[in-house]
Amino acid sequence: MTKKPNSSAQFAKSGSHTEWRAKGYASQRERKEKFSSISFREQPEIVTPENGGAVDHDRDLGFPGEYPYTRGVQPTMYRGRLWTMRQFAGFGSPEDTNRRFKYLLEHGQTGLSTAFDMPSLMGYDPDNARSRGEVGREGVSVATIEDMDTLFSGIALDQVTTSMTINCTATVAFAFYFAVAKRRGLGFEKLGGTIQNDMFKEFIAQKEWICPPAPSVKLVCDVVEFCSQSAPKFNPVSISGYHIREAGATAVQELAFTIADGLGYVDHCLSRRMKIDDFAPRLSFFFDVHNDFFEEVAKFRAARRLWARLMRERYGAKTDAACKLRTHAQTAGVSLTAQQPVNNVARVALQALAAVLGGVQSLHTNSMDETLSLPTEDAVRVALRTQQIIADESGITNVIDPLGGSYYVERLTNEIEAEALRYIEQIDAMGGMLHAVETGFPQKEIAEAAYRFQLDLDAGAQTIVGVNRYTEGGEQEIPTLKIEHEVERQQIERVAAFKAKRNKALHADALAKVESACREARNVVPVLIDAVDVGVTLGEVSDIYRKVFGVYTDPGML
Amino acid sequence: MTAGQGTRPVRILIAKAGLDGHDRGAKVIARALRDAGMEVIYTGLHQTVENIVRAAIQEDVDCIGLSILSGAHMTLFPELLSQLKKEKAEDIVVFGGGIIPKDDIEALKGQGVKQVFIPGTHTQEVIDWIKANVPVHE
Repeated sequence: MTKKPNSSAQFAKSGSHTEWRAKGYASQRERKEKFSSISFREQPEIVTPENGGAVDHDRDLGFPGEYPYTRGVQPTMYRGRLWTMRQFAGFGSPEDTNRRFKYLLEHGQTGLSTAFDMPSLMGYDPDNARSRGEVGREGVSVATIEDMDTLFSGIALDQVTTSMTINCTATVAFAFYFAVAKRRGLGFEKLGGTIQNDMFKEFIAQKEWICPPAPSVKLVCDVVEFCSQSAPKFNPVSISGYHIREAGATAVQELAFTIADGLGYVDHCLSRRMKIDDFAPRLSFFFDVHNDFFEEVAKFRAARRLWARLMRERYGAKTDAACKLRTHAQTAGVSLTAQQPVNNVARVALQALAAVLGGVQSLHTNSMDETLSLPTEDAVRVALRTQQIIADESGITNVIDPLGGSYYVERLTNEIEAEALRYIEQIDAMGGMLHAVETGFPQKEIAEAAYRFQLDLDAGAQTIVGVNRYTEGGEQEIPTLKIEHEVERQQIERVAAFKAKRNKALHADALAKVESACREARNVVPVLIDAVDVGVTLGEVSDIYRKVFGVYTDPGML
Repeated sequence: MTAGQGTRPVRILIAKAGLDGHDRGAKVIARALRDAGMEVIYTGLHQTVENIVRAAIQEDVDCIGLSILSGAHMTLFPELLSQLKKEKAEDIVVFGGGIIPKDDIEALKGQGVKQVFIPGTHTQEVIDWIKANVPVHE
C-alpha cells in the first residue's frame, strides 16, 4: 500500500542550481577549503545544466566514428575490437629482450613495444666512451641491423604490430626494421606498427637529441613522407604528450603542447608539398594517463575533438581518416611511488580504467616496481592482467563512451579543449612550435608547473598515499630486476666483430651516400635502408647527422 | 669551516651526467635550494664527469648534487668521486638523487657518496640535510 504525498512534508526542493547552492548547500560544511585536481583545476561541488553541464549533442559529441569523434574514432569501439595491450619492454642484449617479447606474447599481449637503451636513443654505438655504464641498462642495445634481426628473431613481422620508442635516431631504427623485413622477403606495405619519432617533445620534455630543432623536425617528416608513400600501415610518428606530462605539465599543458607539436609537423609536411589528406591519416598520438580520473577521461575526449576541428577547419582536411586522433596511452610513471610499491597496482588500475573510458587505441600499464628498477616478469604480468581484468571482467567495454553525457565530464571536456586551444593560439602567435621550442616557452611553462606541484606536495595540498600521508609501514620489500654489467662488454665485443666483417668499400660508399642525402636535404630514409643493410651502424649515421646538421646542447634553464 | 652557517651561503652544483634526460627532479631541487637561500648552479643535461668536476672547481662549490635516473649510477658516482680525488677536490661533498635501489644506495654510501634522495623526498628534507652536512668553504 502506498501513501499519498503529504502536503505538510518537509522535503527541500530547489527550483534551480543557484537556489540550491544558496539555500541547501551553503549552510553545510565542506571537509577542505579547496577542491582541486592534480592539475590545479578548481572543481565545482556539482555540475548541472546551469553551470556548464549542458551539451550540444550534434555539434560537440556526434556518434562514434563520426566527426568530431568525441565519443571515439571507430563506430564500434571496444565492441568491435579491444584496444591493443602493448607493454613497453626492453633491456640488456637483443636476445634478452627477444625472450621478454615472446613471454609477453605467450601471456596474451597483442602488440610489441620496444624500449631502447640510452646509447641507442642518443646516437652512440656501445663501443663509444659516452655509452659507458648505459649499454642495455634502461632498454635494449641496438646498434646494427643484426641486433634488430636478433631482437625480432622467431617473430613474424607481418603478424604483429611493433612500436619503437626512439626519436633522434628514429630514422636509423626505422631503417634497421625495414631492412630486416626486406631481408626476410616481406613487402613494406605488410608492416604495421609505430615509431615514436617525435622530436618536438624531446626538446620540450624528454631531452634526447642530436641536432638542433629545425633539422630534427626535417628528419621526423622524412619518415612521415616515406610511410605515406610506401608503408601505409605504419605510423611514422607518435606525437607524444606522455613525456611532457611526466616532466610536470598539467593535463591542459600536455594536451596543448602535444596538439601544437602535431601542428608543427603538419606545417612542415605541407611546406614540402605533401597533401594533408595523404599524410594526416598516418599521424598517431600518445598520451599519459594520470591520477585525476575524470580530468584524464575528459582529456582524451577533448583531444579527439580539438584535433578533428583543427584538421578540418584550419587545414581543410576532407576525410575522416585525416581528422581522427588515434592514440596510445601509458599510465603515469611519475605517479608511482618507491614507498609501499604494491600500492602502485591500485594506481595503475585506476589510470588504465580512465584510459579505457577515454577511448584509447592501445595501452601500456606500468608495473608496480618501476620506481625501483626495470620491471620483473611477475610485475609485468600483473600489469598486463590489470588490462585483461578491465577488458573482460568489468563490463566497461560493453557500451561505447559510457561517460558521454555526464554533466561533469562534458563540462570538463569543454573546459580542457578551450584552455588547450588558448595555449595553441599563444604558440601560433610565436610563429608555431618550432619557434616556441627554440625560445624555451613550453619548457618554462612545464618547469613552473612541476615546481608548483612540488610546493603543493610539500605543503600537503596534494596527497600521495605512502609518501606524504599514510606513511606507516613504509618499508616494503619487493623483488627487483638486476641487469648484469656483462651485457655492456658483450655488446661492445659484438659491435666490434660486426664492424670487422663488413665489406669496407660498400660501407664507405654507403656512408658517403647518407652524407650527401643529408647535405642535399633529400629524404634520408630510402638511403638509410640500403646503408644499414651493408653494415652502417646507428652511431655512424648519428655522427653524420652531427657533422652535417650540428649538435644541440641543453641551455640548462632553471 | 661551519656546517651551512658560514659567512656566505652554501654553493651547490646540481649536475646531470651521462645520456640521461630526466631533469624534472634536478630542476625542482635546484629551485627549492635557491629559494632556501643557497647559491645554485645547474650544469644542464648530458655532462661528462670531467666537465662536472671542472665546473665544480671553477665555481668553488661546497657540494655537488648528482641526479641520475638512467640506471648508470653505479658507474657515474664512482667516476665522479675518483675524478674529484684526482683533482684534489675531495672536500666537495657529493650527494645524489634519482631512481636508485636500496642496495645500491648502501654501496654508494660505502664509496663516499654522503646521501642519496629518492623520489618522494620532501624538499625541506634535502635543505635540512645540506645545512647539517655541508661545510661552507671559507
